[in-house]
Amino acid sequence: MSAVTVLAILVVIVRAKPVIPPEGTAANKAFSPADFPAVFAKEEGLIGAAGAGAAPPGAGAVLFPVPAPPFSEGVFPCMECHGSIPANGERRVLEAMHGDIVLHHDEEHRWCLDCHDAEDRDHLRLASGALVPFTESYRLCGQCHGTQYRDWRSGIHGKRTGYWQGSKRYLLCVHCHNPHSPRFASLQPLPPPVRPQFLRSEDALAAAASGGPGTDADTKENGDAGPAH
Amino acid sequence: MGPLQFIATSARFVLRGGKAYWLWVGFLVALIVWGVLAYIDQFNSGLIVTNMRDQVSWAFYIGNFTFLVGVAAAAVVLVIPAYIYHWGPIKEVALLGEILAISAIVMCLLFVVVDMGRPDRFWHLIPVIGHMNFPSSVLAWDVVVLNIYLVLNLVIVTHILYRGMQGRSYNQRLVVPLVLFSIPAAVGIHTVTAFIYAGLPGRPYWNASILAPRFLCSAFCSGPAVMLVLFQILQRTTNIAIKDAAIWKVAELMAYAMFINLFLLGAEIFKEYYSATEHLIHFQYLFTGIHGHHALVPYAWAFVCCGISAFLLFLFPATRRNVVTLNLGCLLIYASVYIEKGMGLVMPAFTPDTLGEIYEYTPTLHELRIGAGIFSTGFLVFTVLCRIAIPILTGQFAAVHAHAGRDSLRGRLTTAPTPHQPSAAGGRHL
Amino acid sequence: MPDPRTDAITCGDTEDDAKVDPVTLSRRDFLTAVGMAAAGFLAGCSPEVREAYLQKHFLELSPPEVEARLGRLHADYAKRFGTQVQVSALPAQPGVVFGYALDLSRCIGCRRCVYACVKENNQSRNPQIQWIRVLEMEKKKGIDFEAANPYYNPEQVPDPEHFYLPVACQQCRTPQCTRVCPVGATWQEPDGIVVIDYDWCIGCRCCMSACPYGARHFNWGEPEVPAAELNPNMHVLGNRPRPRGVVEKCTFCIQRVRAGRYPACVEICPVGARKFGNLLDPESEIARILREKRVFVLKAELKTEPKFYYFYGI
Repeated sequence: MSAVTVLAILVVIVRAKPVIPPEGTAANKAFSPADFPAVFAKEEGLIGAAGAGAAPPGAGAVLFPVPAPPFSEGVFPCMECHGSIPANGERRVLEAMHGDIVLHHDEEHRWCLDCHDAEDRDHLRLASGALVPFTESYRLCGQCHGTQYRDWRSGIHGKRTGYWQGSKRYLLCVHCHNPHSPRFASLQPLPPPVRPQFLRSEDALAAAASGGPGTDADTKENGDAGPAH
Repeated sequence: MGPLQFIATSARFVLRGGKAYWLWVGFLVALIVWGVLAYIDQFNSGLIVTNMRDQVSWAFYIGNFTFLVGVAAAAVVLVIPAYIYHWGPIKEVALLGEILAISAIVMCLLFVVVDMGRPDRFWHLIPVIGHMNFPSSVLAWDVVVLNIYLVLNLVIVTHILYRGMQGRSYNQRLVVPLVLFSIPAAVGIHTVTAFIYAGLPGRPYWNASILAPRFLCSAFCSGPAVMLVLFQILQRTTNIAIKDAAIWKVAELMAYAMFINLFLLGAEIFKEYYSATEHLIHFQYLFTGIHGHHALVPYAWAFVCCGISAFLLFLFPATRRNVVTLNLGCLLIYASVYIEKGMGLVMPAFTPDTLGEIYEYTPTLHELRIGAGIFSTGFLVFTVLCRIAIPILTGQFAAVHAHAGRDSLRGRLTTAPTPHQPSAAGGRHL
Repeated sequence: MPDPRTDAITCGDTEDDAKVDPVTLSRRDFLTAVGMAAAGFLAGCSPEVREAYLQKHFLELSPPEVEARLGRLHADYAKRFGTQVQVSALPAQPGVVFGYALDLSRCIGCRRCVYACVKENNQSRNPQIQWIRVLEMEKKKGIDFEAANPYYNPEQVPDPEHFYLPVACQQCRTPQCTRVCPVGATWQEPDGIVVIDYDWCIGCRCCMSACPYGARHFNWGEPEVPAAELNPNMHVLGNRPRPRGVVEKCTFCIQRVRAGRYPACVEICPVGARKFGNLLDPESEIARILREKRVFVLKAELKTEPKFYYFYGI
């Protein structure tokens, strides 16, 4: 084999690349956005989507499509009850109604009417005194949690679903964080994976029958269930 | 003599033998059947019948494959001096070395096939018909070089036997270039096999530039070890003239290889333990065990101890020329390399796996049966080829030809006819 | 010693070479016979089996051949699962390279993503295959695979002493796995997704040895997907049911993302830790994260250059 051949082979090896689909194959055919009708789908009747809901109270405010806020059953609109109750501005523990709400959200410094408007309970109240609907509660949260609000608007914080290319659905802060107790609630995890030594179902059954380490044994030790055989 | 007669004559050799011969063949065939039955089961249910899992995705089959590539490559140890330098004592046994290489490659290919999830798609590997990812994939290279090496040895062996049956010498202009080519090819199969492992940055246990040299050194220990034992068996059971000088010369070469092998292992162990990076954990798993997992530790120390004792036995001329210590040394180095280049190479790389999980693998009965079947196939190939080669090597053809008045055609490869005719034991009925 | 005249050994007569033995098989005859035997075997099979066995590499298919393969898959799955399925071969869009980011400060290790992925991508329930592996790690040790535990199972997560690191295919820009495949059965698509042609994979598992992230999974046994739980929305290089003996892995839900949707794990994540988008679009979430957050990739020293990033949102 001549040196040139060897060199040529070496060059080929060094330049070896992953297989790239050749031009004109099915995997690489020309493509237009029209191939993705679903991407430009209807707005799914989301609150806050362009043209929906009330006009933004503040200039330059951007509206985000969100699902309905997670109200407790039958509590909204608030004015159905509060319309006939005079506002009581005194800080106190609620007893007659809303007793289930325990404030764990900087409770030393704030209470209900810092966020809920005393006169119009169907709206929230910004520090400026401006009213915002519950569907835009993020503006209220964003007063204090500026970085989270910024991240949420650009999709970094919080959850978006739908289309990476097309209409997205945002979750409000309150969909994940109870506004009165915003720490994220813990969850029960789904079952751990089957250990490799029990991948054959009959092995898993035998292990379970003999009371040996099960497939979902809770142990901090890595794969310590011993050999399957 | 036409090809048909060559086959007929060869078949006649193979089909004649004593009780011991047929017992041996029967034993091998029984093991093969036992292995084939296990393989049918594996073929029908999938590799789930093995204990390989995502965490340890290569194991017993690939370990044996790697070891046997070394055995196959080692044929070159005998071929170089025999053919290039017309080195008297070794010439007869070089042919047997090549036969061993053929048997080993057959086993290699079988171990690869049984390890495949889709053996029915084997044709995807064939260039032009399939879609071989050449030159990017080292495994593709390995398939190529292994098959070239197999064909090369088959051609050389068949040619020599064919000519031998005609009572003629082999064709120098055909054999010498092929033999010359088989030297880089032998180095190539083992280097390329090492590169399959060494080229994977995700597996630090393998990702070492020293791996290919280590492969070659250990191959030059294990391959000749197998052959030395086989030569002595042939020395006793047939009238083939294998001179002690040849055996001692091979043993001497092995002593050098063993020293380099131990030295390179030591170099690797020093580097890992002294630098003690996160890569150390695989060596720790091998030599001391981690987090209560010690499956490989006895084997690791066994291969180190066997390797050192074998080296000492081969180092001193007195012990390497003594039949008992020589064979003990062969056994020890064979065991050492089998552990080191088999499971000792494959398992620690996967334990812990890339995400830190420890799954201690042990082969299932299915894997052991299939492995035994493949080894039996290899032994059967070796037995059959020896059965044809030995009468030619022992010069019985020459005797026949002399009887027929064709003395002048006696081959270069054939030695003088042995003075006595063999009698009772298997392998002597011609 | 038998009589040399009657022994086959004496057949070594060079003059015989010249004569053509009528019963001698020539090499060509032999090859022809082998070829015909193979052809005969294939001819004996049903047309479906024959077609499936002889099908070409996916990238070598012409558009009509792609259609033919999709048709065959439709028929096959309809028969096996008793339901209508839609197998697409939707190609990559120009100007799109997918990226993924995961917020380690949010993930609580609830494994919702694991099971959403299993369902969306028709992974085998038994023997179990899960493309996402969630590792529990100790906060005081940081990212240390040696101390990772994928089998954690407390009553509630998150555990205050631990954090959670979900790992799936990192969709490397320079994948080790595609390089080593001896038959080119896995490759990187123009939109950056590393895919596998399940009809071409020979099951050698080289790619699994090469992958530094344990992201590739092998069908050790016959994969089992309950017909009732089958996701009928499939992609030929993604979530269609796999045969036994081939390798599979995360494809960023190619059947969803090529149609503009988010991957299933993004949709299910209860804490919104998972982010996905087009790296080439500066306004996408993923591009913003790369600009604004401190991101890292796993095993960066291996130069695999993943398109799967981890970051700390707080």
